[in-house]
Amino acid sequence: MTTEYLVLSALLFAIGALGVLIRRNAIVVFMCVELMLNACNLAFVTFARMHGNLDGQIIAFFVMVVAAAEVVIGLAIIVTIFRTRRSASVDDANLLKY
Amino acid sequence: MEPAEIIPHSGGVIGASWLMIALPLLGAAILLLGGRRTNAWGHYLGVLMSLGSFVVAVLAFLQLAGGRYSIRLFDFIPGIADISLLVDPLSISFCLLITGVGSLIHIYSIGYMSHDPDRRRFFAYLNLFVAAMLLLVLSSNYVGLFIGWEGVGLASYLLIGFWQFKPTAAAAAKKAFIVNRVGDFGLLVGIFLMWTTFGSLAFGDISGKVGEASQGTLTAIGLLLLLGACGKSAQLPLQSWLLDAMEGPTPVSALIHAATMVTAGVYLVVRSGFIFEGAPTAQLVVTIVGVATLLAGAIIGCAKDDIKKGLAGSTMSQIGYMMLGAGLGPAGYAFAIGHLITHGFFKANMFLGAGSVMHGMNDEVNMRKYGGLFSVMKVTAVTFIIGYLAIIGFPLLSGYFTKDGIIETAMHHNQILGWLAVAGAGLTGFYMSRMVFMTFFGKRRWDSEAHPHESPAVMTVPLIILSIGSIFLGGYLVLSNRLMLFLAPAVGRPEELPVFHWNSVAGLATLALVAVGAVLAWFKYGKAEVPEVAPRGSFVTVFARRDLYGDALNEALLMRPGQWLTRIAVFFDNRGIDGLVNGLAATIGGSSGRLRRLQTGFARTYALSILFGAAVLAGALLLVGNL
Repeated sequence: MTTEYLVLSALLFAIGALGVLIRRNAIVVFMCVELMLNACNLAFVTFARMHGNLDGQIIAFFVMVVAAAEVVIGLAIIVTIFRTRRSASVDDANLLKY
Repeated sequence: MEPAEIIPHSGGVIGASWLMIALPLLGAAILLLGGRRTNAWGHYLGVLMSLGSFVVAVLAFLQLAGGRYSIRLFDFIPGIADISLLVDPLSISFCLLITGVGSLIHIYSIGYMSHDPDRRRFFAYLNLFVAAMLLLVLSSNYVGLFIGWEGVGLASYLLIGFWQFKPTAAAAAKKAFIVNRVGDFGLLVGIFLMWTTFGSLAFGDISGKVGEASQGTLTAIGLLLLLGACGKSAQLPLQSWLLDAMEGPTPVSALIHAATMVTAGVYLVVRSGFIFEGAPTAQLVVTIVGVATLLAGAIIGCAKDDIKKGLAGSTMSQIGYMMLGAGLGPAGYAFAIGHLITHGFFKANMFLGAGSVMHGMNDEVNMRKYGGLFSVMKVTAVTFIIGYLAIIGFPLLSGYFTKDGIIETAMHHNQILGWLAVAGAGLTGFYMSRMVFMTFFGKRRWDSEAHPHESPAVMTVPLIILSIGSIFLGGYLVLSNRLMLFLAPAVGRPEELPVFHWNSVAGLATLALVAVGAVLAWFKYGKAEVPEVAPRGSFVTVFARRDLYGDALNEALLMRPGQWLTRIAVFFDNRGIDGLVNGLAATIGGSSGRLRRLQTGFARTYALSILFGAAVLAGALLLVGNL
């Protein structure tokens, strides 16, 4: 019965990845990244259940902590870019290139 | 008669003969390190140090009494060479000449360089030269000799280029240095060869072991030493630097390029007599080089309008005579050294006289702008004429005895060499008379702003002293064989002492030819008017004026092939090595220029490539896990 959880996790990850690739709004891209992280968390917890140990659950907590830190920094960057360029579009922030 | 044994010695004046080198060296150090602070009294210090050296040399000479003493100073290269001095009649003769004439030239320079802002530096270099030259002649082995040899080369370079703001002087200094390197190469290889053959570099050791070496080795060593001597003494084929060296201040030309340094080659050949006496071929080459140079120098001297270059040609020629004498074995050594000493006096006398003339003529050197100077600078003129009479071999003056001795010995040895030397004497009579007539007699051809005047006493007194030496020294040294007997403990002497005949065939022929040369010069440059602009002249004149095409020959044989070689090397470097390196860099640069287009700056492109990479990795892991 854990297979369904894994399928759900894969679906969520795919939706998140697709969102990161095709959306322009930095906030939405950011939310999609969170979605991917949480899909991974679901997979970790499922595996913990399958193997009957707590490793996956512990790692899930780590991911949450790191995600929280990442949100802080990521949002700060997005807000700063918005202030300087008056836009939250990821395509407008393309200075770092050839 | 064989040379005497060398005895280790310490104490007394001879034990303190290192002071001769140390005093001028100290002077040079104080003047160079003291800088401008010593400007006010630097020249007096220079003169004092040189005179101090002279006093030590005289005291050592008085104590010597024909002995040969070695004084060990310190270890230089353990097991190979130490720095030790050899005080013997040969080295002390040189010491007296170097410090004596050197001191007179130091004194003269106080006056000659009085208007030069760099007078202190000049005296520092002069002192450095005296110290190096004394080390050269006093060292008891070839290593010390070589150090002095290079030291005088350095001093010569510094002094030729003393007025380095003149491009010609800078170029002349470089030329002298480079041509001398060729000779030094020969000397150095000769020294290496002696080390491998004899296992020692001390004169005393080698002279005792000469019998062990084969004649071929001795010939090779002799020829290599001769190459060194040719470089330093401006003998063919390494003569080209001496004429250009006249760019230096005139006292330098007198001291270094006439009286002392250029005679170092003669010293080397005489000091290495034990090598040359075992190698007749090398001796023959020495005499041939001597005769060729004495004629070449004389021919060049006949065509030069620059008074200093004329004297330089004459110096070459006279050193040719010394080389000829040095190549004749013990019979010629004393005459070679005797001519060297008297030449040191009369040539320094004439060079300083030329300097005195230039001093009064706004540094004009072209003799076609002189003429009639006798009445305005009497002391200079009279002393110069005494030097002139001495060099052409006027009876009873210095050159008469010493040059005649060389010619007689050469004639005894080989008729061809002897007659060529006589011919050279005739040419000497011509070009020196030409110089005197053009400078001191005839019509005044001065520039309008020239106001010739006699030089101050500080310059004329050395001239007077040198001219006294030019008159009496030759007779004193040669008559009753004084110099030969004095030098015998150091260089040996022939079993039969030569007797001076005034009426020998060679002697009379020399006198006749000199008279003919002088009369010819009188008709052409004394009686007839001298044109102010040099006439084009016959091809012989042009040949002589261009230094017998010595520079052109060097250029064609050495410089141009060298340039081709460097051009080939430059081409290979640019196209071959640089091409490879640059091509590699261009390939990498070009391909990375295309690859960098992948960096679009869009975050999602990077995200896609990360996703793609992760998918490939996951796929690969699955594949590996399933295997």
